[in-house]
Amino acid sequence: MDWITTVDHKKIAILYLWAGGIFFGIGGLEAILIRIQLIKPMNTFLDAQTFNELITMHGTTMIFLGVMPVIFALMNAVIPLQIGARDVAFPFLNALGFWTFLFGGILLNLSWVMGGAPDAGWTAYTPLSSTGYSPTHGVDFYTIGLQIAGLGTLIGGINFLATIITMRAPGMSFMRMPMFAWTTFITSAIILFAFPAITVGLVLLTFDRILDANFFNVAGGGNPVLWQHIFWIFGHPEVYILILPAFGVISEVIPTFSRKRLFGYSSMVFATILIAFLGFMVWAHHMFTTGLGPVANALFSVSTMLIAVPTGIKIFNWLFTMWGGQVRFTTPNLFAAGFIPTFTMGGVTGVMLASAPADFQFHDTYFVVAHFHYVIVGGLVLGLFAGLHYWWPKMFGRMLSETLGKWTFWTFIIGFHLTFFVQHFLGLMGMQRRVFTYLPNQQFDLLNLVSTIGAMLMGVGMLIFLTNIFLTSRRPADAADDPWEDGRTLEWTIPSPPPEYNFKQTPLVRGLDAFWKEKMAGHKAMTPSEPVGSIHMPSATILPFLMSVGIFIAGLGFMFSRDEFSSSIMSFLFNNYIVTALGLLITFGSMLMRSLFDDPGWHIEPEELEGR
Amino acid sequence: MMKTWQAGKRLLPMTAALGLILAGCGREDLSVLRPQGPAAESSFALMKLSISIMIVVLLVVFSIAAYVWIRFRRKPDQNEIPKQVEGSFKLEVLWTVIPLILVVVLAVPTVKAVFAAGNDHSDDKDAIKVKVTGHQYWWEFEYTDYGVTTAQDLVIPAGKDIAFELSTKDVLHSFWVPSLSGKMDTNPDGTVNRFSFSAPNEGVYRGKCAELCGPSHGFMEFKVKSVSSTAFEEWLASMKAPDSVLPDDPALAETFKSQCLTCHATGSMQDLSQAPNLTGIGSRESVAGILLNDDTRVDGAPVEENLKTWLHDPQSVKPGNKMPDPKDLGLSDEEIDGIAEFLAGYTLD
Ligand code: HEM
Ligand SMILES: [Cu+2]
Repeated sequence: MDWITTVDHKKIAILYLWAGGIFFGIGGLEAILIRIQLIKPMNTFLDAQTFNELITMHGTTMIFLGVMPVIFALMNAVIPLQIGARDVAFPFLNALGFWTFLFGGILLNLSWVMGGAPDAGWTAYTPLSSTGYSPTHGVDFYTIGLQIAGLGTLIGGINFLATIITMRAPGMSFMRMPMFAWTTFITSAIILFAFPAITVGLVLLTFDRILDANFFNVAGGGNPVLWQHIFWIFGHPEVYILILPAFGVISEVIPTFSRKRLFGYSSMVFATILIAFLGFMVWAHHMFTTGLGPVANALFSVSTMLIAVPTGIKIFNWLFTMWGGQVRFTTPNLFAAGFIPTFTMGGVTGVMLASAPADFQFHDTYFVVAHFHYVIVGGLVLGLFAGLHYWWPKMFGRMLSETLGKWTFWTFIIGFHLTFFVQHFLGLMGMQRRVFTYLPNQQFDLLNLVSTIGAMLMGVGMLIFLTNIFLTSRRPADAADDPWEDGRTLEWTIPSPPPEYNFKQTPLVRGLDAFWKEKMAGHKAMTPSEPVGSIHMPSATILPFLMSVGIFIAGLGFMFSRDEFSSSIMSFLFNNYIVTALGLLITFGSMLMRSLFDDPGWHIEPEELEGR
Repeated sequence: MMKTWQAGKRLLPMTAALGLILAGCGREDLSVLRPQGPAAESSFALMKLSISIMIVVLLVVFSIAAYVWIRFRRKPDQNEIPKQVEGSFKLEVLWTVIPLILVVVLAVPTVKAVFAAGNDHSDDKDAIKVKVTGHQYWWEFEYTDYGVTTAQDLVIPAGKDIAFELSTKDVLHSFWVPSLSGKMDTNPDGTVNRFSFSAPNEGVYRGKCAELCGPSHGFMEFKVKSVSSTAFEEWLASMKAPDSVLPDDPALAETFKSQCLTCHATGSMQDLSQAPNLTGIGSRESVAGILLNDDTRVDGAPVEENLKTWLHDPQSVKPGNKMPDPKDLGLSDEEIDGIAEFLAGYTLD
């Protein structure tokens, strides 16, 4: 009950972590099944339809439900602490964002048991995703599930924007903000501009499918290429939504374990902004073979290549942060160290793909599969591992085992390169992506076998990580406030895990790396910027949960509104939109309650703070 | 500008070495790394250039990384605080400008090649015009200037430019012959794509569909057969031979006509574009695009056996395909074998 009604950002972070972890596990199992099917030519382990459902659900789950919530978990756990705030700007909305995300994700995954998962690829290109070619409810689960989950992401993004703009501790100017806070800020801005595009796209596709609209239907005057534009205007920025937080994590971990400040801080900030900006200008590089013509192809080629410049700045700044430092290879820093070469490899293949005439060959092959897994897994997932190991003691008050952490790192990264490095060559040798099997004697066999073995090894790495979490959770929570000893930012100045109110007294920030600065000045703690006083806290509430349940029910009702059921009561309920209306009633009813009953929250008094 | 070209030139020897290594990868009739025509060569040249630049970048990053990890590892007794460096304007400008130069080195030939690839040959009198139509899960090739339609095997004269016009009858597909050229999507009417390639050397090349188009997407393969110009003329002539051929046995002929020719066409019949044209199917490279015809059995089976495999259960060969099971059409096993035998013998002279 406590967990369903909480509005505390630290608990919501843990909820995001759990949910994200579970979805990541589902996506990972799907990946393993895909790889088993591809272990040898003409394999019959899976049938073609199931395979297409698996790749669609694997891609969709990983991108929207697997890594996004883990990113949000880290942001929720860390951002208010790093900027010296007692919570996020809108704690109620924060909870609402989590619950809509979770129910959207559940809805999407219900498709496995309710008559067919989506099967048109995570990009859902029309007409393959139209009812004519994908007649089950699969794609409806995709459009409506992602719509609901996307709502949560948008709410979360807006919340972080507001938090970072308004709630920084005294003295923390933007140019004194930790890099992770910066990347969170920019990421949230991208979310604000990119998610509306997919929202609109999903509405149009839903209307095409459920209400027989003709947005993408050629016979009705629509245009399927329109979907590709809408999808990628969202989809390309989305990959920066994923990778920028990882950049932020790496920019925290490397300085801490090199005992040096981040090299070129202001150029890092500038590069982040530039990447976000360029990220919106390059969507059509996913569409070079769609037939946009040479002018568009040339422009999008060059603008895409330009992204290499700010990214290069970042890589060299990280390397020179370590230069002259004292590098310690703790588990978080091992992951950060693995990140640099691996992500660089993904980056350079990105530049290769940007060259349109070369992309005519790369596009839709395993070369692309290799490229984006180098970026997403080799970049983002390694970054998330670094961040999780780094902040785990802050979140849970327990240090993860370093030995198991190192095992996780080595199995995971070796498995990763085995899996994906060879895929570059598979693509170049003529293997298209999204194929459920392949004919023998094309010289694809050996490399596919290697790739599958690698995937298993990555699975082993994940299991070791889970073991680590399990064993750690049974140990006493005795992590120090500053467990890595060289913490530089504000989160390391308060207990692990932090009390509900985070900071007894809001700290006064006197420079970049506020805590490090105080330590160098010989202080053990931050100078407070206010006397100890009564702290206002928001009340716990079940309303966000109820609102999300309502939307979930409404979504299901709408999806099945035109089905024929064997029982007449069911038909009556669904076909007259009664279920939809009921769901919306729950949601709007909860909203009404929220508006009518003013909740003043509660206070923690100074005596209580001192009594700790 | 001069400078960038010199930088490009310096990369040339490495490019050449790389070309040699990469060329060892994959089948000659399939691999992107073993280009067999000018279009694929143009892509390959850019790939070599970009990969050379990128390998240089990787080597620099890897070496610096290895150096700092080893050199600046914290020693057990190290307790003094390292110097906190804010950054270095000079260095940061350096690693902004160098990547910019590299981008220019790659961007210039890229833009050139983009526009070169854009010049299609649809107005070229010498080019052979072929309308390619993608279907779930087969390929239709119409030679508009000759009134000839075929499926699965694209026969072209060696060395000539082929001007393609690409479209689809159902979902999106993508037309790709890796060793001859990059791919191009087949979109529905209204967004028809044009491009062109040529195959200087005679031979058979493997083509693929590169856009997810349903369960049998991976099986939507085809062959490009590049032949001498006389052989091409002969092929056209025999494709245009007016009469539709039927099985000798009149009962079987009736079955074939009433059950098969409602969707498929042969000889001079009007094409309905519902199913692959069967004219001369006995001389094709494959049945259904993926059952390779090979009397030596190294890489497939004899055509008659392949036809039997297909006709006895089309769904198990290509899941989700749109051809009804002949058994559901009321054909007996003997009739199916008879038709397979007849089709295997239906060759072009
Ligand atoms: C356990 C590690 C993973 C393995 C072994 C793996 C493997 C695969 C494979 C074999 C495919 C199908 C390629 C194709 O034929 O199109 C695929 C597709 C994909 N993967 Fe992964 N993957 C892993 C992790 C991830 C992660 C962490 C993400 C993202 C966060 C991700 C995102 C995607 C996407 C977006 C697709 C494309 C799906 C589509 O074509 O619709 N993967 N993956
Ligand atoms: Cu296809």
